[in-house]
Amino acid sequence: MSILIFAEGVDKSIKKSSLEAVSAGFALAQKLSTEAIAIAIGEYDAAALQELGKAGANKVLHVNVAGYPSAIAYASIIAGAAKEAGASVVLLSKSALGDGIVSRLSVQLNAASATGVLAVPEVSGDTLKVRKSIYTGKAFAELSLTGAVKVISLAKNAVPVKEDGAAATVESKTYPLSDLAGKLVHQKEEKASGDILLTEADIVVSGGRGLKGPENWGMIEELAKILGAATGCSKPVSDLDWRPHHEHVGQTGVKVSPNLYIAVGISGAIQHLAGVSASKVIVVINKDPEAPFFKAADYGIVGDAFEVVPKLIEAAKKL
Amino acid sequence: MKILVCITNVPDTTSKISFSDDKKKFNDAGVQFIIGPYDEYALSKAVDIKEKNNATIVVLNVGGPETEPTIRKALAIGADEAIRVNAAPTDAWFVAKQIAAVAKDGGYDLILMGRESIDFNGGVVHGMVAELLGLPSVSPVMKMDLEGTKATMAKEIEGGKEWLEVSLPFVAGCQEPIAEWKIPNMRGIMSARTKPLNVVEPVAVEANVSYDQFSLPAPKGAVKLVDASDPAKLLDLLKNEAKVL
Ligand SMILES: Cc1cc2nc3c(=O)[nH]c(=O)nc-3n(C[C@H](O)[C@H](O)[C@H](O)COP(=O)(O)OP(=O)(O)OC[C@H]3O[C@@H](n4cnc5c(N)ncnc54)[C@H](O)[C@@H]3O)c2cc1C
Ligand SMILES: Cc1cc2nc3c(=O)[nH]c(=O)nc-3n(C[C@H](O)[C@H](O)[C@H](O)COP(=O)(O)OP(=O)(O)OC[C@H]3O[C@@H](n4cnc5c(N)ncnc54)[C@H](O)[C@@H]3O)c2cc1C
Repeated sequence: MSILIFAEGVDKSIKKSSLEAVSAGFALAQKLSTEAIAIAIGEYDAAALQELGKAGANKVLHVNVAGYPSAIAYASIIAGAAKEAGASVVLLSKSALGDGIVSRLSVQLNAASATGVLAVPEVSGDTLKVRKSIYTGKAFAELSLTGAVKVISLAKNAVPVKEDGAAATVESKTYPLSDLAGKLVHQKEEKASGDILLTEADIVVSGGRGLKGPENWGMIEELAKILGAATGCSKPVSDLDWRPHHEHVGQTGVKVSPNLYIAVGISGAIQHLAGVSASKVIVVINKDPEAPFFKAADYGIVGDAFEVVPKLIEAAKKL
Repeated sequence: MKILVCITNVPDTTSKISFSDDKKKFNDAGVQFIIGPYDEYALSKAVDIKEKNNATIVVLNVGGPETEPTIRKALAIGADEAIRVNAAPTDAWFVAKQIAAVAKDGGYDLILMGRESIDFNGGVVHGMVAELLGLPSVSPVMKMDLEGTKATMAKEIEGGKEWLEVSLPFVAGCQEPIAEWKIPNMRGIMSARTKPLNVVEPVAVEANVSYDQFSLPAPKGAVKLVDASDPAKLLDLLKNEAKVL
């Protein structure tokens, strides 16, 4: 028996959300008196793989395959590792890639699965009890997963990263790839480089239609830069092409769960709130004191964004 | 060409969510049900393909008789026929097995779904169905161009998008802006009443996930307002009170 944790990377480093999954895997392995094994696929710096040990992995499997990193390819590799390690639980972080992996793994391993789980699963005999958000942030469900194998993805920012784990041994591995993987032909990619990923960010600064036009995003970007934040937006803003679609937060866009979400000139429609309600602290800056967002906020400033944000930037520079 | 579109019957995005007193059941009193928004993108894309390539669209829902008004709406939007698997969709695994059973011998060239249901937010049914059928799958798809038996797709990734090429048949989880939502016209609404809606019984599936109970988030306390002239005060609160800076 063991717990296998899939660690996803970005630019040869392990994503913070994956370190969270490894830490959750460590905690679960403790409860089940077994070991936590991390698997990283692709090219990594050696130091990056050591991060997995610090986060709680007892052992790291490194599968250095090139080629298009599809959920199909990854699922077949992880399934191979899970069978070899006799894993009773496979853990990973919730993302679009993660969803694809969970779905295929649950079929391949005949496993019970749940996505977007909010805490380290509780153990009750052979059953794992998990909690997840449903109705896009409006409610929670408690589920029981039964059967010999479970595949679970964790919501981002739900479990803190452990930093005091021991050094882990790293083993180079290969596992068979599914034939299906070759059916997807990757043509090109368009990605903002160097920016903090919206879904990974501890802080998000988001702008809405109240900002009047794309030319006014300079101050949002500046505030984000000073705070080490990612930038987001409301749906009309991406519909109007003021900002790229992958920044659109809400029911039909990205769901975020940062420590701090700062909304500027966003009214707080229920569909927007659906994507941000898992944030730990919400700050709203809006000139209309009746804006519904204030009801969902922890802190607020009633005022004109074009006056408040520049002052906020000046104050933030002094932090 | 034959397209299968899988749709969910879900509470309207503005619905207030509540549960029975024993926290075991969703309270549907006064709730308006709709086609899942992502599923509606999938359906709209199918209608676009039909207009260009002369396709047949079959919509599929796994659900009880109460979902039929939603299924009829899909027929009004442009699907040609419908299948309802007569069972409560208890979880993704169950639903995926039902969809795979329907699709297996259906001769579908393309299976379109939403990227995610808005009730249970699983995001996994498309991948499970594809794995069960031995097909490739791609999600979330924002753009799809069909050229003969080849599809070129733009897929959203964290921080951007990527372009993929894949041959039919395959499964796709859709999201905007893959197609514009269609507003059913009078002719569509009239013809939807007489289009075939076949009810089939579910295949047996051994459940491995069960729902113990539901709950609502704790009510939010009142917002703490900071004067617009003093944003430094806000940063101070975020740093020293909320401890998030
Ligand atoms: C099925 C469905 C799905 C949807 N999904 C999403 C989604 O995923 N994400 C999403 O965001 N929306 C979504 N929407 C749209 C949503 O209903 C709202 O229309 C949208 O969120 C409004 O965006 P906004 O707040 O930027 O704009 P507005 O509602 O126009 O609000 C602008 C705000 O800016 C304020 N303002 C104006 N000027 C200033 C100023 N100078 N300084 C400060 N404040 C100012 C105004 O007081 C107002 O509150 C969805 C809708 C539907 C029907
Ligand atoms: C206790 C409980 C009771 C429920 N009762 C009902 C109910 O009575 N009626 C009801 O409609 N839902 C019901 N649901 C919701 C239903 O279980 C989920 O929609 C289903 O399990 C799929 O979950 P998912 O979020 O993993 O789907 P996802 O993986 O997020 O869905 C992806 C895509 O798969 C397709 N898909 C998903 N579900 C279906 C379906 N049922 N039919 C056709 N295509 C589908 C859609 O295209 C969807 O966009 C209930 C959920 C719970 C927790």
